[in-house]
Amino acid sequence: MNPIVEFLVASLILLGSLFALLGSIGLARLPDFFTRLHGPTKATTLGVGAMVLASALYFTATRDGVSLHEIAVMVFLFITAPVSAHLLAKAALHRRGGTLPKQECE
Amino acid sequence: MMRRLLPRPALSLTLFLLWAALSNSAAAATLLLGALLALLLPHIVSPFWPDALRIRHPGLVLRFGARIAWDMLLANWAVARRVVGPVAALHPAFVEVPLDLRDPFAATVLGSIVSLTPGTVSIDVDRQRWVLQVHALDAPDPEALIRQIKQHYEKPIREIFAC
Repeated sequence: MNPIVEFLVASLILLGSLFALLGSIGLARLPDFFTRLHGPTKATTLGVGAMVLASALYFTATRDGVSLHEIAVMVFLFITAPVSAHLLAKAALHRRGGTLPKQECE
Repeated sequence: MMRRLLPRPALSLTLFLLWAALSNSAAAATLLLGALLALLLPHIVSPFWPDALRIRHPGLVLRFGARIAWDMLLANWAVARRVVGPVAALHPAFVEVPLDLRDPFAATVLGSIVSLTPGTVSIDVDRQRWVLQVHALDAPDPEALIRQIKQHYEKPIREIFAC
């Protein structure tokens, strides 16, 4: 494999794992449910995005033809991640009584 | 005629490209099967999408996508810094964004984009008042956040779908 490609793949994987790690740190450190919800969203967007890009690059470089099913992974992830975050948030609101949380937050 | 054959051109194109990406090949057989699926599936799912919006300005979609990607990079960086920084310095807040668009599908798209860009998660779309409830990880100035969401995301969405 071309050393430039190798370098690119390695940096993308590192970047992806860094953001996955930061997402988990956020999940562990942040104080309440709604702020914690922000942690995993990060990991899925940039973290998985970078790893998936690395995978596409690697398999395009080492096999015949272009590897594109990673893009499908990204598309499905980007469609489903907001839905799950939304459902989690709604469930949390419901458990707190379903009222507008504005007052509690001031 | 075209309308009846392809009730949702954008959905058909997406299905076709997804099929090619999933099977990871551009062989004639794959593309043919993909084209068949792209032709049939929109007819099968159309009862679930009673009045789906049409994309009026396909050119804008690309520009909008590029902006979202860029915003995601910036916001990822900003949130990463806040996550490792002092937690007490954060200003988490629930923010209500008044919407100008009046379409459930467009509101869903907007909500998803808001959730995907780190630092904000959309909680609910209130379709009585047309308000998007957003939770922000750090919003010392909620007005600025509302302006940013409306300017960066809602306006292009309204232009793309012409709603």
